Amino acid sequence: MNLLELRDLHVFLGASHVLQGVSFSVPEGGVTALLGRNGVGKTTTLRSIMGLAPGRGRIELGGKDVVRLPTHRIVHRGIGYVPEDRDIFAGLTVAENLRLAERNGGSRYELVWELFPMLRGHLGQRAGTLSGGEQQMVAIARALLNENRMLLVDEPTKGLAPNLVTEVARVLERAAELTTILLVEQNLSVVRRIAQDAVVLDQGRVVHAGPARELLDDPTLVRRFLGVSGGHA
Amino acid sequence: MLLTITGLGLGAMYFLIASGLSLIYGLMGVLNFAHGSFITVGAYATWRVQKELGGLDPLVLRFLLASLCGLAVGALFAALVELVLIRPLYQRHIEQVLVTVGLGLAVTALTSAIWTPTQQLFEVPGWLKETTTVLGARIPNDRWVEIAAALVVLGGLLAFLRFTRYGLIVRAGVENRAMVTALGIDVRRAFTLVFTIGGIAAALAGVLSGVYFGSIDPLQGTRLLIFAFIVVVIGGLGSLGGSAVAAVAVGLLQQYANYYASPGVGDLAVMLLLAVVLLVRPSGLAGLAPARAAG
Repeated sequence: MNLLELRDLHVFLGASHVLQGVSFSVPEGGVTALLGRNGVGKTTTLRSIMGLAPGRGRIELGGKDVVRLPTHRIVHRGIGYVPEDRDIFAGLTVAENLRLAERNGGSRYELVWELFPMLRGHLGQRAGTLSGGEQQMVAIARALLNENRMLLVDEPTKGLAPNLVTEVARVLERAAELTTILLVEQNLSVVRRIAQDAVVLDQGRVVHAGPARELLDDPTLVRRFLGVSGGHA
Repeated sequence: MLLTITGLGLGAMYFLIASGLSLIYGLMGVLNFAHGSFITVGAYATWRVQKELGGLDPLVLRFLLASLCGLAVGALFAALVELVLIRPLYQRHIEQVLVTVGLGLAVTALTSAIWTPTQQLFEVPGWLKETTTVLGARIPNDRWVEIAAALVVLGGLLAFLRFTRYGLIVRAGVENRAMVTALGIDVRRAFTLVFTIGGIAAALAGVLSGVYFGSIDPLQGTRLLIFAFIVVVIGGLGSLGGSAVAAVAVGLLQQYANYYASPGVGDLAVMLLLAVVLLVRPSGLAGLAPARAAG
């Protein structure tokens, strides 16, 4: 059963027609990777689902169209968002960043401490003074704090050291046991490790959709759609 | 001493106006040119209610009741402006400027039409007109009230920002409004709240300006607004602390220059200070980048 369905989604950013009729589905459970070269519309797709880049078309979450809802109401339908540049609030403390993300009581701090035990030691620290990896943990923790039906995660390993990439992949694997994830990721080894399905965008259109391994195990497809011979897109 | 306290009293009024302007710009990216109308509405509401309560004694009770009504009217007016005029124009900055400038002009014209453009005497309790001698200088008591009011508002706003959930939302919204909404928070409520708080502080400035000058007139809000804008720019758009420091600097500079040079030089000195700050530190003393827009 599909949790998220995009149908003929068009998004304009200024004069640019960034998404040109994007259609794909995300099944409930597991990780679906959204892949493609730089600038093909992956981040815009996530932002459009969040209502941050208004689009035309249909975006159905659990069978209900959310395309015209304001962002905060889309979130209350059960979507958590980890943006590309983390977008943590640098002037707030780690505790305040987490407190801001609390919704409807029942926040899952136990899960957050289980996945990111180091954050407990930095609760009073300004988030802007954390390292890049720690900031990414705060960004993911904010999304995991609530019981979401789905997480949209945009390039969580971007700019991280190799050991942190492994750590983030481990966290996402654990998160995928609890919720559905739509993941934008350039690191194909991370995609190979955690994604079951893959959707490839090119110039604002879907050019491939299917099992992730089928795509990644075929060097011709990887070269054609992602412009690399393997490893990193 | 008298000059310093009078400068601080003036700075206190500038701060009361600038605090709302600064928060509104920092969170919403709205340059509210109608903020002067909040001052006018607060001052005239207080003056009118005080006249209506003419038979109520003592005067201090009448003044306090009228002032509370003035603040309530200022708050209501500001909330309505946000809900009716600003909310439909989010992200449309040119239209926001046009609407707020237009509203400011309309309120001035309407006030003049209803209560004439001439000054109206502002009745205040006798104690406020008396003086207290400090270090040989006879300081009018209203200056202490103005300074105390600004300190209370500054402390209240800092406590609101530091210890309440809405304060947390405002601080986060000043940094990145889009991400606040992406956490499931309806940031529009914070917008209305910030406008309302700004309206209360501006209405309080309207009441205190009536006390300070002894009268009110339809253009008083606009005159004070010009200096409050300068304070916000010098202090740094979006920074409450910066506005407080800048308000003190502008109030003192204005008084000293008017006294030691000649009357009128104070305004010129403030303009020069603005120019210097903009050249040396374009984002102001404690400037923040405006919040990243949602959408």
